[in-house]
Amino acid sequence: MLADQDRIFTNLYGFQGADLKSAQARGDWDNTAAILAKGREAIIEEIKNSELRGRGGAGFSTGMKWSFMPKDTSTKPSYLVINADESEPGTCKDREIIRHDPHKLVEGALVAGFAIGAHAAYIYIRGEFVREAQALQRAVDEAYAAGLLGKNAAKSGWDFDLYVHRGAGAYICGEETAQLESLEGKKGQPRNKPPFPAGAGLYGCPTTINNVETISVVPTIMRRGAAWFAGFGRPKNRGTKLFCISGHVNQPCNVEEAMSIPMKELIEKHAGGIRGGWDNLLAVIPGGSSCPLLPKSICDTVLMDFDALREVNSGLGTAGLIVMDKSTDIIKVITRLARFYAHESCGQCTPCREGTGWMYRIMQRMVDGRAELHEIDMLLDIGTEIEGKTICAHGDASTWPIKGLFRHFRPLVEQRILDYRKRVAA
Amino acid sequence: MPKLTIDGTEIEVAGGTSVLQACEQLGIEVPRFCFHDRLSVPANCRMCLVEQEKAPKPVPSCAVACADGMVIKTNTDVVKKARQGVMEMLLINHPLDCPICDQGGECDLQDQAVAYGYDRSRYNEVKRAVTDKDLGPVVKTVMTRCIQCTRCVRFMDEIAGTPELGLTGRGEDVEITTYVPHALSSELSGNLVDVCPVGALTSKPYAFTARPWELRKTESIDVFDAVGSNIRIDTRGGEVLRVLPRLNEAINEEWLADKSRLAIDGLKRQRLDKPFVRKDGKLQPASWDEAFAAVAERLKGLPGSRIAALSGDLADVESQFLLRELMDKLGSPHRDCRQDGAEFDVSTPTAWRFNTSIAGIDKADAILLIGTNPRHEAPLINARIRKRWRQLDLPIGLIGVKADLTYDYQYLGAGPASLKDLGTFADKLRAAKNPMLILGAGVLARPDGAAIHARVREIAEQFGLVKDGWNGFNVLHTATGRVSGLEVGFVPEQGGKSTRHILDQAQRGDIDVIINLGADEISPERFGKAFVVYIGHHGDRGAHRADVVLPGAAYTEKNALYVNTEGRAQAAKQAVFPPGDAKEDWKIVRALSEHLGHILPYNQQADIRKALASYSSIFAQVGKLVPAPWAAFGAAGPLVDQPFRPTIENYYMTDPISRASATMAQCTEEVWNVVYGAQTKVACHG
Repeated sequence: MLADQDRIFTNLYGFQGADLKSAQARGDWDNTAAILAKGREAIIEEIKNSELRGRGGAGFSTGMKWSFMPKDTSTKPSYLVINADESEPGTCKDREIIRHDPHKLVEGALVAGFAIGAHAAYIYIRGEFVREAQALQRAVDEAYAAGLLGKNAAKSGWDFDLYVHRGAGAYICGEETAQLESLEGKKGQPRNKPPFPAGAGLYGCPTTINNVETISVVPTIMRRGAAWFAGFGRPKNRGTKLFCISGHVNQPCNVEEAMSIPMKELIEKHAGGIRGGWDNLLAVIPGGSSCPLLPKSICDTVLMDFDALREVNSGLGTAGLIVMDKSTDIIKVITRLARFYAHESCGQCTPCREGTGWMYRIMQRMVDGRAELHEIDMLLDIGTEIEGKTICAHGDASTWPIKGLFRHFRPLVEQRILDYRKRVAA
Repeated sequence: MPKLTIDGTEIEVAGGTSVLQACEQLGIEVPRFCFHDRLSVPANCRMCLVEQEKAPKPVPSCAVACADGMVIKTNTDVVKKARQGVMEMLLINHPLDCPICDQGGECDLQDQAVAYGYDRSRYNEVKRAVTDKDLGPVVKTVMTRCIQCTRCVRFMDEIAGTPELGLTGRGEDVEITTYVPHALSSELSGNLVDVCPVGALTSKPYAFTARPWELRKTESIDVFDAVGSNIRIDTRGGEVLRVLPRLNEAINEEWLADKSRLAIDGLKRQRLDKPFVRKDGKLQPASWDEAFAAVAERLKGLPGSRIAALSGDLADVESQFLLRELMDKLGSPHRDCRQDGAEFDVSTPTAWRFNTSIAGIDKADAILLIGTNPRHEAPLINARIRKRWRQLDLPIGLIGVKADLTYDYQYLGAGPASLKDLGTFADKLRAAKNPMLILGAGVLARPDGAAIHARVREIAEQFGLVKDGWNGFNVLHTATGRVSGLEVGFVPEQGGKSTRHILDQAQRGDIDVIINLGADEISPERFGKAFVVYIGHHGDRGAHRADVVLPGAAYTEKNALYVNTEGRAQAAKQAVFPPGDAKEDWKIVRALSEHLGHILPYNQQADIRKALASYSSIFAQVGKLVPAPWAAFGAAGPLVDQPFRPTIENYYMTDPISRASATMAQCTEEVWNVVYGAQTKVACHG
């Protein structure tokens, strides 16, 4: 279990104030100028050494991402965009950071912005996060008032402006290029890649897009050192991580833990165990709704990190665990997720626009068993027609929960179809 | 010059070429819906996916630029499956109403479904339906058929410059709409029908008219403005059913203005199908012989000085050429093709031509517009200017009436006063490498038109608009007939009178006979007591005032040459026969000459073409552009300080054909009067 002194988010539960003074008491904004004084290269090197991987879901090396930014910013400005459009079902970590520890994010924005050569950063916050946007704006205002942002931010000699931009409630605006479109005032539709944002992002300028959690851990890594951060977890899966545990557990919670903690330990220690005991577990969606579910047999032993979950055909994603006990109608759960992905498809490219709705309609019938057995294979085939054929990963993400269902619970679906037939025949 | 391999064949392409274009160069067909050569690339239909070696998943060939060493495969199982998948997705919510769809037979979706799709459907769910939108009198919508390729949105945003369409909603619920319901305000909206790859946007006037395979296609030339757009006339059983643009990169690219496309229903209304002779104050049907005899009778013994000829906006080259010769034989120097009354110096062709050429706009880096609204006078030239404006920070100056031209411009003033001092724009013209100016022909019809003409030439010379390999002096005409007339010398001879003076003299009784070759924009009382012989195809203003009507052929009904504003002669082809007893115009003039005892030596059209070829080099190279050398023209004079006025009062009704068109009447009511707040009276004779 992670020791208290190794926690980065020491006010995750809001037991202390979120204001600047309280944050400073917790160590935030402590001589930030000294961090910046190390220089761009040194900061990027340190983050690389910490093996921090992006906390937004894809798990790309943060230091590497920053190193793609151009060193010369004389012709075009560079931008930092912070993705606070946390909308993945089962995930609520960024929300808590913004509510209770916003200064970690604001300070992180300055450090990261400096590291990539950006004088301006935008925090794109989910539209439904009304109170959170207010809290964040309060923190930004405090930082400006204290001279921590703006001209010569935190006396570092670096000019840095931070803007909070509220979204309008579209899940797809969490996709990085759709977010850029939305920031530019256009309809939130993902762009084709390449060009990647590091080459042509916001307003056609080099842009880095990072998750709230990624940015928020940066100042602490810089203070305590890459070696400290890399001391947690398995190789290539280093550091501490916020886990969001929801569903059929006794105490749903957000918790910061070391990477690579066994899932069972995570749930038993922090969430008070499964309702009705571990043996009552049916399945867990380990990383937010798009990650394929894992049945109990895998949950027994799997570790919570990027590579371990990939090995079992799922993913760490945003580390939002959705726990389901045996009372759950798992087909209905996946159908609900299919509906979510159909509803949130931006409608730009064909396979996702048409396919997500089609899959949802078939799934709806399968909940009742009103389907043919061969339609299971057809459904999976439709999935392959979507996966990898779309502009962004929304298409892929829409097929994964369904694939996971049939990988582990196909007999259940087949039984339901047969039962329905029997019932109708009777 | 990247070198890549496509399906095992190596190819070297120009930098910036997309994989799809490289495939096309090799003759490999790549299916596509959203991709259009002249629009931006959203890569949203996913139909053009191909396999790229070392890429984790198939890539959209339209959006991927060729790079050195790339290995592309377009014929693998992965590609085939991807295309089938996309095709299936496109079809699940697409209605299977091909039998009642106007796009049937020329539908990209239909063709590609056959070529690349599955042979059956696996979709057993309910299909989506989308509410139809009313986009005005030009475009008919069946939105359920839409495949959301957004070509229409991009066309309106990028080419037309009227961003009125958009994609609203999300996922399956996305819809193409105008947000707030209203008719499209663009003069180019008819092109939406062409860019739409399915039957969602079809031509409203053409709805349920014919199937493409029933049509006879005639490649011809448009005459509704002086652009000379290349068109294809689709006919069935002697009826013109529709007009489509034909590719000509030098002129209209692949677009066509709405009037050119849709005024054709006017060809069926108000037609002159037999000769008429005025008896007892009323026009009475007559035979050709009676009509010719009546003309001969009236002309008998008249000296040439009491005879005059005017030609109209739709008059072709051959008939004007012959009529000019006939006037010579009759001893009359009075003739003019400028029925608007313009009296500028016509001593050298460069004085009246669009010398830069339409394609030359693509090279311009500063444009001065003088007394012109190209959006209404020549929508496709306006689209070219907009295209150039989108490519670079193009300084455009405007002297004249403020209007939404679909691009930004610096407003320099309302009238001739601004010609004396161009202000800060002068520096921009001087700094430009390829500066050009466009003088609206309407300005030349002002009383001080000739002086303005001369002043504008001075500007062209003063600011370096004319130099080696570049002529930036341009006159934008609104009527092909007028340019055709200028090119065949249908202008006053030595001692001859121009339009204004001919009409003044007619009112005074000094001119007794006017042969009117389709000049319909002159008010009847201006002819005074003159005996008017009208040669034309519509019962419009000119015919109503005539004493003898000789029914001619419209542009779809004759083989004829027309010259566009660039001075480019192009051949229109006969698609149908003229109605009733009507004849081709040159034949009428030829027959008239016989009845008047001055037989013109042309028995076939080929004879006239031969004479024309030796008359002017532009007729020797039909279809080609023959540049005119720069020469001095015009005489300075006092400029009247009166603001320029719009040349065109209503874009949709400028000539006898469009005035007879019900579609154009509808456009006037639903678009023109709404957008421009004008209350143009709709007088459709149909």
